[in-house]
Amino acid sequence: MMTFFFQNLVNALQWGSFYALIALGYSMVYGILMLFNFAHGDIFMVGAYIGFGVATGLTALASAGAVALPHWLVLVLTILISMFLTSFVGMAVERFGYRPLRDAPRASAAITGLMIGIILETANLALLGARRISFPPLIRSVTYDIGGVYVTNKKIMIVVVSIALMVGLHQFVRRTKWGMAMRAMAFDFVVVPLMGVPLNTIAAMTFALGSALAAAAGILFAVAYPVLDPYMGIVFGWKAFVAAILGGRGSVLGATLAGFLLGFIEIFVAMIFPSTLRDFIAYSIILLILVFRPHGFFGEPYSARLRL
Amino acid sequence: MQRPFRFADVMRSTFSQVPFLGWLLGGLAAVTVEHLVGFQLAGLLGMPRVPVLFGCVVMLKKPLLIPAAATFVLLVYVVPACVVARVSAPITNRIASRLLRFPVVLPVLFHLALLYGILEMWSDLSAYRDLTLRLTLISVMLTLSLNVINGYMGEFSCSHPGFMALGAYAASVFTLGLFANDRVFGPAVLPPALGSFVFPFGLFLGGGVAALGALAIAVPSFRTRGDYLAIISLAFMFIVKSAIENLEVVGGPRGLSSHPNWATLPAVFFWTVACVWVIHNFVSSTLGKALNAVRDDEMAAEAMTVNTRKTKVVAFLFGAFWAGVAGGLFAHVLRYVNPGTFGLQKLAEVLAMVYFGGLNSVYGSIVGAVSLSLLGEALRPLEIFKWIIIPLLLILVMIYRPTGLIAFRDFDVKRIIRPRDGKGEQV
Repeated sequence: MMTFFFQNLVNALQWGSFYALIALGYSMVYGILMLFNFAHGDIFMVGAYIGFGVATGLTALASAGAVALPHWLVLVLTILISMFLTSFVGMAVERFGYRPLRDAPRASAAITGLMIGIILETANLALLGARRISFPPLIRSVTYDIGGVYVTNKKIMIVVVSIALMVGLHQFVRRTKWGMAMRAMAFDFVVVPLMGVPLNTIAAMTFALGSALAAAAGILFAVAYPVLDPYMGIVFGWKAFVAAILGGRGSVLGATLAGFLLGFIEIFVAMIFPSTLRDFIAYSIILLILVFRPHGFFGEPYSARLRL
Repeated sequence: MQRPFRFADVMRSTFSQVPFLGWLLGGLAAVTVEHLVGFQLAGLLGMPRVPVLFGCVVMLKKPLLIPAAATFVLLVYVVPACVVARVSAPITNRIASRLLRFPVVLPVLFHLALLYGILEMWSDLSAYRDLTLRLTLISVMLTLSLNVINGYMGEFSCSHPGFMALGAYAASVFTLGLFANDRVFGPAVLPPALGSFVFPFGLFLGGGVAALGALAIAVPSFRTRGDYLAIISLAFMFIVKSAIENLEVVGGPRGLSSHPNWATLPAVFFWTVACVWVIHNFVSSTLGKALNAVRDDEMAAEAMTVNTRKTKVVAFLFGAFWAGVAGGLFAHVLRYVNPGTFGLQKLAEVLAMVYFGGLNSVYGSIVGAVSLSLLGEALRPLEIFKWIIIPLLLILVMIYRPTGLIAFRDFDVKRIIRPRDGKGEQV
């Protein structure tokens, strides 16, 4: 029983890291612009596809003998290059989808985000066709047996890389000048630009950071479940959105914790109950949490003037 | 200085005096022409059959037929409608001003009867038109009911597919359990001939169940709104969908089928009109104004003795009721219902219609639902590129008109049916 529990704990950590990485993107954008980037789930998908392209290219290079790269280095390079490339997708979404709507009602921006998501999915479908793509196996799977709990090196890698990225983000936000600008903007995005902090640059940078994290999540997901399809971002996007809200809007720590919590709830519900009931019970729990704690874990309390 | 010749000016001066009644007569003339000579004309122009959706599908599928399809549309729809509308303008204006002397219900019913005649004759020619029309009318109901919550009350509710699913399943269980032989519920209990008379009760049941479900969102909405309520409603939608998938009693993920064909065009038209009428009356009532007050400033509304809790509950129950009715009709139009229909895609569709058409306006909802449904059908030959064009269009609308095409406009039926020759009373 204990080993069964720990086995699921490992899986939950893995799923939780996907949700947490994506939820961070939602939360950061919310912190600055007070809106949710509904295209974020699809940026996760685009990131996975870009990762696919980069990984294929790098393995082709390596096998052609042009450069000798060990497998782990290919993976690291794939993650870094894809994060870099996907951040431009995020900046483009901000520039063309959200910047013209900065003064519009927030629901309009939400609709724009949804529509950008549909465009990204369809563009992918049009470019690559409707077949599913299998991600190249970059590292060989090794299974360790720790006291009856089976842990693959992929799972360890996923959890370690995600936690490293989250810590890196935290350090960036806390220690650098740009991070300080972001925090200032989150504090008041009307007055802070008057102090000479460029709103547009900071907004673009936030989108870029969030998209880079989503791309990392996409590649990590593809390493664990190497089948990509254009609609894979929808479910992840909405669930990470739920996690971002559950954590309290705009709270980076909250988003991380809620992402892991969501992973735990889903895995453990599937452990105890039939897996078809997973969504039902998971969302009922979330509904209950929000009924009793309507502003999430770390969010500001309810104010009647707050509106969408 | 003389103004340069402008086509738009000429059109305006020619047609500005045509009342709505005239346009209805024109439409009637157009569909009559189509009925009489449409088939022959299509053959003459080299088209295999009458273009179903104003030639859009034909034009996109076979670019060579564009001139033929355009000629067809011009000859069959545009010319007869415009000529009849213009020629009959003096008469229709007189009729319209005379009709205004009666209580407003009578002229409205008269106009509706004409409108129904046009739709019936238009959809009579092909089963595809009939289906498209019924689904369009249902999306008008859905959009309007979501507009009550999202537009008039300013929440961001994501639970509409959930309400719709509740309504669809409740109504389906009602009709299938009592009046139809099907694999889940066994043979009919009551004679099916009786069915079409009790169909409204089934829809009421569907709406009622959906409204009961809405309590699950209305109660949390006392303490929170905005994003958190969006998540609560989203979670509600997932819960409903997942619950139905797990209920083998109602068919589980495979859904229910073999609905009797009760949701015919007259039934759908009747319910849509009822929905528009009731929702219009609701939002113009004191309670409807309270919705706007809650949206604009909840605390001020509370201070001004608006009972915000009651307002929220009523708005949610009301919106959910009509979504449930629309869901029941939807299930009976498709004669099949499964939980997969009521997911994120449906949500995106309904939200797009509301925000495209315009918040806080009955016109906006009608325009948004009709234009997006028809656009979706008309662009079908483009296959997946349809899903690039429609979202791009929506993004452009959001950028240039952030609240939608026709937002914050009062629906005034007297204004629509008034005579326009300047002699009748100006409303």
